[in-house]
Amino acid sequence: MLSLKKLLLLCLYLPALAIAEVSEYQLDNGLKLLVKPDDRAPVVVSQVWYKVGSSYEHNGITGISHILEHMMFKGTENLAPGEFSEIIAANGGSQNAFTGRDYTAYFQTLEKDRLEVSFRLEAERMRNLIIDEIELFKERDVVSEERRLRTEDNPQALLREAFNATAFINSPYHHPVIGWMSDINHYQKADLDDWYQKWYAPNNAVVVVVGDVEPDAVYQLAQKYFGPLKPEQTATVKPQVEVEQRGERYLKLKAPAQLPYLMMGWKVPVITTAEYDWEPYALDVLAGILSGTSSSRFSRELVRDQQVAASVSAYNNNFSRLDDMFLIGGTPAQNKSVDALQKAIQVQLDTLKMMPVSDAELQRVKTQVVASEVYELDSVFYQAMQLGMLETVGLDWQLSEQYVGKIKAITAEQVQQVVQKYFIDERLTIGELVPVAAPQNAPQTPNSGDPHAR
Amino acid sequence: MPVKLIGFFALLGASLSVWATPAIDHWQTEQGTEVYFVDAPQLPMVDIRLIFDAGGARDGDLPGTALLTNAMLKEGTAKSNTNAIAAAFDDVGAKFGSESERDMAVLSLRTLVEDNAMQQAVDMFVELSSQPAFPKESFERLKNQLKTSLQAQKQSPEAIAERNFYQALYGDHPYAQMPTGNEDSLGKITIADLEAFFKQYYVAQNAVLVMVGDLRQADAQLLANKISAALESGKAAAPLPVVNDLTAASEQHIAFPSSQSHLLVGQPGISRTDPDYFPLYVGNHVLGGSGLVSIINNEIREKRGLSYSAYSYFRPMRKAGPYQLGLQTRNEQSEEALKVLRQTLRDYVQNGPTDEQLKAAKQNITGGFALRLDSNSKIADYLGVIGFYQLPLDYLDNFKQRVNAVTQAEIQDAYSRRIDPDLMATVIVGGTGENENKNK
Repeated sequence: MLSLKKLLLLCLYLPALAIAEVSEYQLDNGLKLLVKPDDRAPVVVSQVWYKVGSSYEHNGITGISHILEHMMFKGTENLAPGEFSEIIAANGGSQNAFTGRDYTAYFQTLEKDRLEVSFRLEAERMRNLIIDEIELFKERDVVSEERRLRTEDNPQALLREAFNATAFINSPYHHPVIGWMSDINHYQKADLDDWYQKWYAPNNAVVVVVGDVEPDAVYQLAQKYFGPLKPEQTATVKPQVEVEQRGERYLKLKAPAQLPYLMMGWKVPVITTAEYDWEPYALDVLAGILSGTSSSRFSRELVRDQQVAASVSAYNNNFSRLDDMFLIGGTPAQNKSVDALQKAIQVQLDTLKMMPVSDAELQRVKTQVVASEVYELDSVFYQAMQLGMLETVGLDWQLSEQYVGKIKAITAEQVQQVVQKYFIDERLTIGELVPVAAPQNAPQTPNSGDPHAR
Repeated sequence: MPVKLIGFFALLGASLSVWATPAIDHWQTEQGTEVYFVDAPQLPMVDIRLIFDAGGARDGDLPGTALLTNAMLKEGTAKSNTNAIAAAFDDVGAKFGSESERDMAVLSLRTLVEDNAMQQAVDMFVELSSQPAFPKESFERLKNQLKTSLQAQKQSPEAIAERNFYQALYGDHPYAQMPTGNEDSLGKITIADLEAFFKQYYVAQNAVLVMVGDLRQADAQLLANKISAALESGKAAAPLPVVNDLTAASEQHIAFPSSQSHLLVGQPGISRTDPDYFPLYVGNHVLGGSGLVSIINNEIREKRGLSYSAYSYFRPMRKAGPYQLGLQTRNEQSEEALKVLRQTLRDYVQNGPTDEQLKAAKQNITGGFALRLDSNSKIADYLGVIGFYQLPLDYLDNFKQRVNAVTQAEIQDAYSRRIDPDLMATVIVGGTGENENKNK
């Protein structure tokens, strides 16, 4: 074991190298460009992020951001359907796109001298998309198959989806990223034209480039291709602040399954919404205390000592545009009930309310965050992803440089305070998956946070 | 640290024009472990993979033995219990992993190179890979967790399809079994079985060691010796039996309460050292291996909207791994999708790729070559494959050239000799399961 002193040295020593050298530019049309050089390999990742996702949608058109993302591969004024993908492929690129609650993003990874291919094509589909009705109707079928694959036939995903719809009443985090099946089956060309017109414009986009590139050269290239695009008067998003919860909520979902599953979620502030700057970071530390490694409390006490869980984990989604939930999910161990698991989790939280975490535990979580920051630099894709996500949920990319410092400042008392303040019944939703043997005729629907890749 | 970065820039500046593939150092330790090392000084971390020829293919009559042996190593040693092992890694931010598939059983470690962190993590890595205690309480718990995993598989049409697909392809060959075992075998496996398995297979002569990271050659030598010397010398695992070709087509419909049917179609394919590797790899890239632009994706998804994902791939293994084509579609249209998938394969075996398709595939594979090696973890993956399957050290250097050399005629020849559309195993999971086990 390392002494505490050595661990502190470790923490002080590392962040110095992880300084992100990000160059930020803004074009006259409002497009933001972030460039982070990383010349470990002669590759470049290029990502275009739009500030639109399922949390921008209203009932009846849920999932429209996601199907629009699919249609972005289906042809523009100057590209035939599929031609985008063919050109990227012929240039040795790998590409895809994903939609989340707060963003829609497109990416290509290429050898470094081919960045221009990405910019040329992305600029084209930023303003010149053509939604063909026949292609759209085929794609509705594809998306409904995607929904069956990800959600309808996946009992835990069904629970997650119903869970979000139960926990959030008027917040748009109520509905699934992929959309409800009935909405998927009824998208019309006019819906997509409207959505595209509204959100796909340079002033609603962030372009992130990470790789073996020179920032000013990338800026020149961006000016050449994205510069001429006209900005759009983008719509204002209504606040849709979630109504106050008055007591815990319960949900049981029956589906053909072999295993039960338990979900618990407490409404918490996130970095964009927090009244007290430190609280979301304390919640992140809490997630690390509870789960994430073999030494975390859940693994040690619930899985190994009490053997009440086969697996159980905690997750704090801090990078959201709106208030979110701190989630705990788990599968009971053999011959243990969901009820027993829930009680065991509750005891863990009660303990945290009464006793501050130990210095060693706190230090362990912080050391892991510091180490992770180094490990994450192994992936250019991840680095770009982090910058794009921060910008699109309404944060600043510079938070990626400040994050470790914020985590390191969290005290044991602060962790205790957030548990006391937020882990109360008035913020809690509990969901249980009840396995049934017989097939159910009316399957429910998907989840919230997971981006859906095309 | 700043010094290191300056060194890196200088190094890169000097070598920019010749960047092709990382320089691989290869040697054998005194105990007989093959070592593959790449010095990657840019980030202050190191990745270590210790790979044994000790996957599920070595399970014999008790499937799950290899997986449980592998998973038990982190549960206790002569000196440390589960919590102490976990703390040794977690307290210094190191990440330990263990996984066991059909061929490989892998122990992995990612750690910062900061002296204390690395020493503590490596010491524990050495301890658990050489002196596991197989504590009884952990054994019972892991078996229970594995039972839970088996239940999870039973609620997934995809997992059910995979289990039956391997069974249909491999019959009596060890590859037929799932590495996760089954209820019956889990009931029979004892700690003595794990100890015997460990003693036979977790030995220096049966191991490949991969290291990538901020380490100089001399330090890598010391590290390799430390890891290898802790192991019993032992001997390499015996060769696996040859995989027989299918002698008859088969078609299984398995009822499942899902809205979609999962379709798998295939045959035993190729080993990692198969002489037809490149023609078949490039050939399949055109057919179903290139994502959105592949023929199968075009026929199934783009033209007909039948599935979200439709693909084909070779999974080259020590012996002939599967050639697998797959898709998922709503139950009512599974017959139609199967027909299109089979016809697409048939046409391709008969005609091969067009010149244009072949050219596009080569451009895609070679033009994106650098993407395959753009992180330490990807480099470590490749070193593992090169070491475990004994590919030549210049495999990566020659990769592009080998791909570019493949001709249309070679692809057609390889496909016609190796892939027989009339001898395919088909597994369909979903719907009512009518026509169960019907033979074509």
